[in-house]
Amino acid sequence: MIRAARKACSSAMLAAPLAGCGGNWQSALDVYGTSAISLKHLIILIVAVCSLVWMLVLIALIAALWRSRDARPVSPEPGRERRMTIAVTGAVVATVLIIGTFTVMSFVATRALTVAGQDDLTIRVRGLQWWWGLEYIGPDPSSRFETANEIHIPVGRKVRLKLEGLDVIHSFWVPSLAGKQDLVPGRPNELTIRAEHAGIYRGQCAEFCGMQHAHMSLLVIAEPQDDFDKWTATQRQTAAQPADEQTAAGLQTFLAKPCAACHTIRGTAAVGTTGPDLTHVGNRRTIAAGLFETTRGSLAAWIADPQTIKPGNNMPMVPLTPDELRAVSAYLASLK
Amino acid sequence: MKPSAAAPEQRDIDVERAQLTDALAETWKTPSGLWGALATVDHKIIGRRYIFTAFVFLALGGVLAALMRIQLAQPEARLLGPDRYNQIFTMHGANMMFLFAVPVMEAVAVYLAPLMVGTRNIAFPRLNAFSYWIYLAGGALLWIAFALDMGPDVGWFAYVPLSGPQYGTGKRADIWAQMITFTEISALAVAVELVVTIFKQRAPGMTLDRIPVFVWAMLVTSFLVIMAMPAIVLASTSLILDRLVGTHFYNPAEGGDVLLWQHLFWFFGHPEVYIIFLPAVGMVSTMIEPFARRPAFGYLGLVMALIATGILAFGLWVHHMFVAGLPRLGDSFFTASSMAIAIPAGIQIFCWLATLWDGRPVFKSPLLFIIGFIITFVIGGLTGVMVASVPFDTQVHDTYFVVAHFHYVLIGGAVFPLLGAVHYWFPKLTGRMMSEALGQWSFWLIFVGFNATFFPMHILGLEGMPRRIYTYQPDLPWHGLNLFVSVSAVILTAGFLLFFINVMRSARFGEIALDNPWDAPTLEWATTSPPPSYNFAMIPVVGSLHPVWDDRDGLPVADGLRTDRRELIVTTLATAEPQAREASPQNSIWPLWAAIATTIMLIWSIFSPWAVVWGSIPAAVALIGWFWPKGTPEDES
Repeated sequence: MIRAARKACSSAMLAAPLAGCGGNWQSALDVYGTSAISLKHLIILIVAVCSLVWMLVLIALIAALWRSRDARPVSPEPGRERRMTIAVTGAVVATVLIIGTFTVMSFVATRALTVAGQDDLTIRVRGLQWWWGLEYIGPDPSSRFETANEIHIPVGRKVRLKLEGLDVIHSFWVPSLAGKQDLVPGRPNELTIRAEHAGIYRGQCAEFCGMQHAHMSLLVIAEPQDDFDKWTATQRQTAAQPADEQTAAGLQTFLAKPCAACHTIRGTAAVGTTGPDLTHVGNRRTIAAGLFETTRGSLAAWIADPQTIKPGNNMPMVPLTPDELRAVSAYLASLK
Repeated sequence: MKPSAAAPEQRDIDVERAQLTDALAETWKTPSGLWGALATVDHKIIGRRYIFTAFVFLALGGVLAALMRIQLAQPEARLLGPDRYNQIFTMHGANMMFLFAVPVMEAVAVYLAPLMVGTRNIAFPRLNAFSYWIYLAGGALLWIAFALDMGPDVGWFAYVPLSGPQYGTGKRADIWAQMITFTEISALAVAVELVVTIFKQRAPGMTLDRIPVFVWAMLVTSFLVIMAMPAIVLASTSLILDRLVGTHFYNPAEGGDVLLWQHLFWFFGHPEVYIIFLPAVGMVSTMIEPFARRPAFGYLGLVMALIATGILAFGLWVHHMFVAGLPRLGDSFFTASSMAIAIPAGIQIFCWLATLWDGRPVFKSPLLFIIGFIITFVIGGLTGVMVASVPFDTQVHDTYFVVAHFHYVLIGGAVFPLLGAVHYWFPKLTGRMMSEALGQWSFWLIFVGFNATFFPMHILGLEGMPRRIYTYQPDLPWHGLNLFVSVSAVILTAGFLLFFINVMRSARFGEIALDNPWDAPTLEWATTSPPPSYNFAMIPVVGSLHPVWDDRDGLPVADGLRTDRRELIVTTLATAEPQAREASPQNSIWPLWAAIATTIMLIWSIFSPWAVVWGSIPAAVALIGWFWPKGTPEDES
């Protein structure tokens, strides 16, 4: 039932905002990526065999305790000892065979961790305390652009993720698409993924990375090639000009206050690089690495008091008047 | 060894039985009063202290676990903030591994190994006293820091750069690293004592193939400690150097390597698991005999499995790093070696099943814990096979699946046997029996509570819940199972409470125990309950693997030891033929002074590198006092 509901949800979700739908997929058992699908087969097979082994041990244990519960003690006798030796040896041989098979299976399945085929889409994924910086690397330098916490990929195409830890170790894990891979400072890693179905897949940092390890999530949005092309075209553009007085005031405040020291809004004077690129922040489904759905209200709440919402994160509280706060959040929400 | 020239020697053959025990009691006594308690080198008194302290740390660690379960019962709960929560899970892990699990196993051996091999005291008894004080100081350091909101918050394996100077500000990570130093000193000391005790102080006739399996397990464990600890000494020392004096072992910007930390830590950290687990399986192999009412099946197989596990333990560490980005072919080698651990584990399980099959089980609480151990440990072992597979691991690494796995291995595989061992050896330690009714109740509560608490975590992990998160968002589908887990933890807690009540009640009001209440075959049951300060009036001579069963009319004894000074028999390594009479050190306060001096130096060095210079002076003074010839008998021999 749940699965069917989620399936139905998947197509609706492409258009609908995230919170409208019941599920964020973040499960190694609910799989839509090429390698996650083959990993799930392996998981089920190994779990099934192991469950059987456990049942056999349990049966042997119960039988052993049951058969002689009231009898008198007897001393060991060579015939029985010999039969037991044969039984134990047989069980050990069976163990060797099972784990030998598992080893070979797992060696073969290791290949599934790398998706085969051509790739022409490469994304640099940078892990930072506690958000994900993304840089789309295209065939030519002009097609590069930056964003954060929300990865769009075309369905059915292999995507290469270059993983870099910039401060401490993080781990990139979107279980519905692929197994995890660490982002290790000083040692770049790679992960290839391919989504077999369109959908929104949630992921979360899997290596403890400090205070807000729990709130370092990301979304992978797999969409048809046309939608993906539209999205990248939008992302390459500079930020939308303020359309009304309030958003214009918002931009002014953003530039006048410390905000611009850490954030970039392409097309404006804000070129900070410590925090996420906000050029199209209004277009992203969530803010603060998956903590809230992006709305004017959530933006205002976040800017007003980031340390209560996500204690320990690197965004300071910038004192703003209510008018300034309204203007900045309206401006950021307008950056579609 | 030269006979003492001055006083006439008094030998045990020269005196009557009553005079003999009086003379031995006088020679081996621990004087009453505070000074006597601080200066004692009796392995039984120190072993009891060690065990008691370790169980206090178990209870404290359990309180932390309960706090985490309350926090995780609801999404976005605000009971604990991220800072406190991160300290709590780090404390829980570090406390349970370094202050409970490893020390408690060594502590049981400090008490039992000398009795089981039939000697009068552990080798290097003053070092033993020293190791306890150092252990106590390390535990106090960690918990006092936590009480002052300075508890480590970087996880029990303290990965760099998070624990390095740039991201682990304050003194929290230093406290973690220095607590490691304390526990590694104490663990190394005990390991050396146990190796020498087991190799050189066995009762005459206790050849290698007559050593009880628990003692074998402790021998292998001690070698694991001796070989694994240097890696963590290196790791924690270089971390402190990075933090205190600005070296760059782990700083990639200056040519250091963050993965070096993981290699060094896990080269120690994986054997650490077997340092906890091997004593536990040794306990099972030893305890199963009186409760199956037959010798354990496959003694040679059981011992070889222990040794094989000990060797394999050093070839598995990379399976903690399968997603760190090492070459895949190398990873696959470690898959094979990790899976291979299933072979010695399997051998032991099949041998125990065979023992129970052919035996006549007596369903007392120790056997219940053994049965609970087999059922849960097999699950933990099988999930271990799962995470040994690289592709499987990429989905469950650092998730609640792994949390479930290692609690099945550590609680199911080590704590269940340990609780069984407490019920089993309690009469020997205290002279009183534990309540069987309470024992059975606590077993069932712990068994049911444990499985209901930890089994669902496998599913949570596969559903994508990472470990070490202080909360989760309400729209994630984890809250139902998390609530179930937290409620089940209440049952588990109740079981442990009942266990502690049983221990405290039985220690005061329990039924008086016989010398050998379980009709067990090993030497510790050949003396009184509790044993006298000298353990055995005459050192027994062993003719079989089950001396107490095979010589029902009383064991033959070796004579000729002096009664007017502390002496024990040294025997050959393989065949345990008597070699010499060896003096055993008397009580001394100097180990305590040495421990205090070392403690000051180590804690001071968290704050200043000069502590190592100035702090070494009092430590040197204490050591000189410790080893100064005082004309005592052991100095003369």
